[in-house]
Amino acid sequence: MSAPLLKIRDIRIEGRADEEWLPIIRGVSLDLNKGEVLGLIGESGAGKSTLGLAAMGYTRDGCRITGGSVEFDGTDLVQAPADVKRGLLGRRIAYVAQSAAASFNPAHRILDQCVEAPVVHGVMSRREAEAEAMELYRRLRLPDPEVIGFRYPHQVSGGQLQRAMTAMAMACKPDLIIFDEPTTSLDVTTQIEVLAAIRDIVEQFGTAAIYITHDLAVVAQMADRIKVLLRGEEVEEADTRTMLAAPREEYTKSLWAVRSFQRPPKPAVAGGQAPLIALRNITAAYGKAPVLHDVSFDIHAGRTVAVVGESGSGKSTAARVITGLLPPSRGEVLFEGEALPASYKGRSRDQLRQIQMIYQMADTALNPSRTIGEIIGRPVQFYLGLTGQEKRRRVEELLEQIELDPGEYFNRLPGELSGGQKQRVGIARALAAEPRFIICDEVTSALDQLVAEGILKLLARLQDELGLAYMFITHDLATVRAIADEVVVMKEGRVVEAGGKDEMFRPPHHPYTDLLLSSVPEMDPDWLSRLLARRAEGEIRHQGADGV
Amino acid sequence: MASMGRMIAQRLLLGLLTLFVVSILIFLAVNALPGDFAQAILGQSATPEAVEAIRRGLGLDQPLVTRYFQWLWRLLHGDLGVSFAQANFAAYVGSASSAEAITVADQIAPRFRNTLFLAGVTAAIAVPLSVSLGILAALYRGSIFDRGVNIAALTAISSPEFFLAYILILFLGVLNPVLPSLSNIYEGMSFGERLLKTLLPALTLTLVVTAHMMRMTRAAIINLLASPYIEMARLKGMSPLRVIVRHALPNALAPIINVIAINLAYLVTGVVVVEVVFVYPGIGQLFVDSVKIRDIPVVQACCLVFAAAYILMNLLADILSILSNPRLRHPK
Repeated sequence: MSAPLLKIRDIRIEGRADEEWLPIIRGVSLDLNKGEVLGLIGESGAGKSTLGLAAMGYTRDGCRITGGSVEFDGTDLVQAPADVKRGLLGRRIAYVAQSAAASFNPAHRILDQCVEAPVVHGVMSRREAEAEAMELYRRLRLPDPEVIGFRYPHQVSGGQLQRAMTAMAMACKPDLIIFDEPTTSLDVTTQIEVLAAIRDIVEQFGTAAIYITHDLAVVAQMADRIKVLLRGEEVEEADTRTMLAAPREEYTKSLWAVRSFQRPPKPAVAGGQAPLIALRNITAAYGKAPVLHDVSFDIHAGRTVAVVGESGSGKSTAARVITGLLPPSRGEVLFEGEALPASYKGRSRDQLRQIQMIYQMADTALNPSRTIGEIIGRPVQFYLGLTGQEKRRRVEELLEQIELDPGEYFNRLPGELSGGQKQRVGIARALAAEPRFIICDEVTSALDQLVAEGILKLLARLQDELGLAYMFITHDLATVRAIADEVVVMKEGRVVEAGGKDEMFRPPHHPYTDLLLSSVPEMDPDWLSRLLARRAEGEIRHQGADGV
Repeated sequence: MASMGRMIAQRLLLGLLTLFVVSILIFLAVNALPGDFAQAILGQSATPEAVEAIRRGLGLDQPLVTRYFQWLWRLLHGDLGVSFAQANFAAYVGSASSAEAITVADQIAPRFRNTLFLAGVTAAIAVPLSVSLGILAALYRGSIFDRGVNIAALTAISSPEFFLAYILILFLGVLNPVLPSLSNIYEGMSFGERLLKTLLPALTLTLVVTAHMMRMTRAAIINLLASPYIEMARLKGMSPLRVIVRHALPNALAPIINVIAINLAYLVTGVVVVEVVFVYPGIGQLFVDSVKIRDIPVVQACCLVFAAAYILMNLLADILSILSNPRLRHPK
C-alpha cells in the first residue's frame, strides 16, 4: 500500500479570543488515501472547518497552528514557505466553501474566476481553461454550460453557483478537495442535485476529498469513512457503514438519536370552531414583483401550522402580511373572525400584542448593546405597562420560563450568550407581550441539531402551558414531523397542499410534496443512489408518456 | 439603465434647487456684511453724495428682495451681470455706454479655466499616487512602510497649506531651483510652460489631498479582506498582490470614488491660499477680492460655480459607483 496522500499528525490550532489564545483543535490526526472521501462531522464549534482549512496549510486570521504536521504528498504544509504552499493551493489542493454566493467574487464573471487558478498556476492557457471549465459545467449538469460562465455570480441561483464552485475547484484536476458544508445553505430539492453532481465528479476523476458537514444523512451518502469531532478532539473514526450501524461512543450515539423527538398528536379541531388567524385570498407583491397569489389558510388556537417550501416560495412573505409589515394588494387577514387593518400602522396596540415573531438569526434580531433584561423588559413595558419592580419580576418569570437563570442572565449582553440561548431570549421577548399567536421564522435552522431540539421542546411546552398558536416557517421536514399539527406546502407563492400532518406524510402526495419529502436525506448510505435511480426511471416513464 | 437615467435627471433637478438655495444664502450673507460696494470703493473720506450716486448707479438703493429677483431674472436669461468694479471703472473712463463692458462671465471664464487646469494637474498626480499608496499600505499593513506612509500623509494633511507651499518653494525653488515658484500663467502660453509653472502649486495640493484618498483606499480594501471570496482567492493560491488588486479593489471602488470626488471638488473650490502663495490666477483669488469690495455679481457667480462643482462631482461619483457594481450594471 502506498503512502497516504494526506497525513495529518497531532495537529494543534489555537484561536485568539480577546487577549487569550484558546485551543480550537487539540491534537487530531488523520490519513487520507488517493481517491478516498473522508466525512468530518460535529456540531458548530467542533473545529471542523478549522481542521479542513488546516489540511490546506491555511489558518484564518486570528488562528495559529501551534504543533503537529500536515503532510501532503511529502510536503509538510505547516513548515513550507508561502510560495511553495501557493504553488499547491488551487492546483493540487482545492476548496469548496459553504456559501457559494459569498465565496464568488461579485465583481467578476463566473468563468473568469473558474479559469483563474489554471491560468495563474500555468497549468493551461486561457483558451484551454475556458473549454475545460465548460466541459466541467456540462458534467456537473449546469444548464447552458456554454453561456453560464459569462454571467456574474448574482445572476445565477444558489444551487447552480455551488456546482460552479465545484467546477472551479476541479479546474486543475486537484488530488484533494476540501468540501466545507457545500450544501448547508441550499434547499433540500437543490441539495440532491448538488450532492449527486459532487459525488459523480469526485468518482470520475478519482479525487480524494474531505467532506465537512453537520448533517449525518448527507455525510452518509458522500463519505467512505467518517470522523466525528467534538470540541477540537476526535471522538471516533470508522468506515461509513460501521459508523452508522454501530457507533461506539456515547456522543456519536446521541448525534444519531437526535431526530427522535416527536410531540404527541393533538385531537382534531372541533368542527365549527372559528380559526384564530385566517388568511383569506391574500395576494401580495414587493413593488411590481408578485410574491403571493391567492393564498388562504387557517391557524387554530393552541395548534402549530408548519408552512414549508423552498426559498422564494413566499413563506416569509405570508408572515410579513400577517404582521402587517407588508399590506397585501388583495385579500385580508382575520383575527378571531375580525379583519385586521392591512398595515401594522393601522392596528391597535392590543392587536399588535396578539401577534409576535421569533426570527431565524437570533444574532441580528437582538440589539447587541442592550442587556437581556432590557430586551425582554421593553415589550413588557410597552404592551403591559409594567414598570419598576413589577417589570423586573415579570422579566425574571419569563427568563425562568425559557430555562435561563434570571440571576445570571438578567444583566448579560447578547454577545455573551450561545446561539441557542440567544434564540431562547428571542422566544422570551415574544412571550413578554403575552400574545396568542407567534410566528416562528426558521427559528432552528441556524442551530445545531441538539440545540435545535431543545428549542423545539421548549416551544412545545410553552404551547401546552399557554395555549399558544404557532405558525412555523421552515424548510426542514424533520422539524415539521416533530412539532406540526397541520402543514401548508407552498411553492412559487401558492398553496400547493394543506392538511393534517399525518395525511401529509402519508401517500398519495401532491407531486411537489412528494418531491420535497423524497429529497430529505436519510441515514441509509444507499439512499441517494436509490433515489437517483428511481427518479431516472420516473423521468424515463414521463418522457415515454410525453412521447405517446 | 432606464432607472439610471431617471436618477441622473432627478439629481440634476435637485442640484438646480440646491443652487437656488445657495444663491439666496450667499446674497443674504454678503448683504449682512457691514458696508456695501459704494462705501468699500470710495473709502472713509467719501462724501455722502458720491456714495449715493454710485448706489443709484448700481441699483443698490433698491430693496434687497427686488435686487435678488432682478439678478435671478437675468441669470435665468443666461446673463450673470456686470461686475460692480468693472462697471464703475468704465463709468470713470467715460465709456459707460459702450457695448464692451466686461461681464462677470468674461471675468470668471479665464480664471475658472486656470483653476480647472490646476485641479486637473493635481488630480493627475494625486489620484494615481494615493490609490497606489493605499493599495501598497493595505498589502503591507502593519509594516514599517504602512506606518511610514500613514504618518507622512497625516503630517501633510495636518499642516497648513501655505506652510507646505513654502517648504516646497524652499526645497524645489530656492535650494534646488528646478521649478519656478511663481505661477504667473497667462493666455497664449504653451502647454509645456503652463504645466511647468503649475507644478509647484499642484504638488502642494497633492500633499493636501493625498492622505484622505490614500487612507480611504487602504481602509476600504482592508475592510474586504475578511470576505469569503478573498479567502477563496487565497485558497486558490493567488499571490497577495493579486488578491488585493484583482479581488479586493474592484469591490472597494464605491467608497474610494466618493472620497476622490469630494477631494476633486475641494480642488476646484478651496485652493485660494495656495493660489495666493504662488500668485496663481485662479478663481479663488477673484472670489476673495470680490467679497472684500462687496462685488455681489461676481461673488454670486463664483458661489454658483463652486456649488455646481460639488454637485456635479458628487453626481459623477454616484454614477461611477453604480457602474462599478455589477449587480446594478447587470441586473438579474
